[in-house]
Amino acid sequence: MRAGDVIVGDVVSERTFELSRDTLVRYAGASGDFNPIHYRDDVAASVGLPGVLAHGMLTMGLAVQPVVDWLGDRGWVSDYQVRFTRPVLVGGADGATLAVIAKVGVVEDGTARIDLTVMVGGETVLGKAQVRVTFV
Amino acid sequence: MPVNPELLGRVFAPAPPYLVGREKVREFARAVRATSPLNYDPGAASAAGYSDVVAPPTFAIVVQEATLAQLLAEPDAGIDFSRVVHGEQRFSYTRPIVAGDELTATLAVTSIKSLGGHSMVTAESSIADATGAHVVTTISTLVVRGEE
Repeated sequence: MRAGDVIVGDVVSERTFELSRDTLVRYAGASGDFNPIHYRDDVAASVGLPGVLAHGMLTMGLAVQPVVDWLGDRGWVSDYQVRFTRPVLVGGADGATLAVIAKVGVVEDGTARIDLTVMVGGETVLGKAQVRVTFV
Repeated sequence: MPVNPELLGRVFAPAPPYLVGREKVREFARAVRATSPLNYDPGAASAAGYSDVVAPPTFAIVVQEATLAQLLAEPDAGIDFSRVVHGEQRFSYTRPIVAGDELTATLAVTSIKSLGGHSMVTAESSIADATGAHVVTTISTLVVRGEE
């Protein structure tokens, strides 16, 4: 695959991720971010949050995976940026569902910009979520 | 205490080197539900031209963490961690991180803005390998909420 085979506007992937408290604890261990607002209801409440939140970096890390899978070994992610626009609440019993749509935004010179729409419960949680992929 | 505007332009001492371990890459990859064999299988990574398993795109946050700790510990920074919210994040790579990399991160504060009582601090960590070659720059914008 080359940049020329990638067409602006094409949806390259659509995927959902189920998040539970287990997901958050696993990410805390893997990343080293042990801020207790990501696993303790009492601490979240004490700082005025409506509940336990997913790490922003977990949301960012999950949201790029559909692009990584689509690319395979045909290219790599050379730039990735997001704005954290809305916290992702992860209930102890019901968790949360993250829905990702990855669409080609720009194609140029052996690279492409893939734009992500990342939603929970119908609301966008990441803004300006853009992945630059470089084809090899 | 508001964020100290004199932080702007400050460049910190390089953080201690971070050695990227193969099992750490695999652990991180599982945590972000990565499925690519490049993240887990040295043979697959080797066949694709990498010296060892490839870290997922957001793995650099783990390396960046030591520099953010430097910033928050800076005595005159005026950044109260309990009021910090992650506003924006960016990673700009020269090449992917692979297991075996020994990475050194150097932090600079590149922007401080005030917005409706809040401060927005942009911290850039330039991350280089053992040869000194650039691997990735991580750019974090932290929103420090003002006193209510």
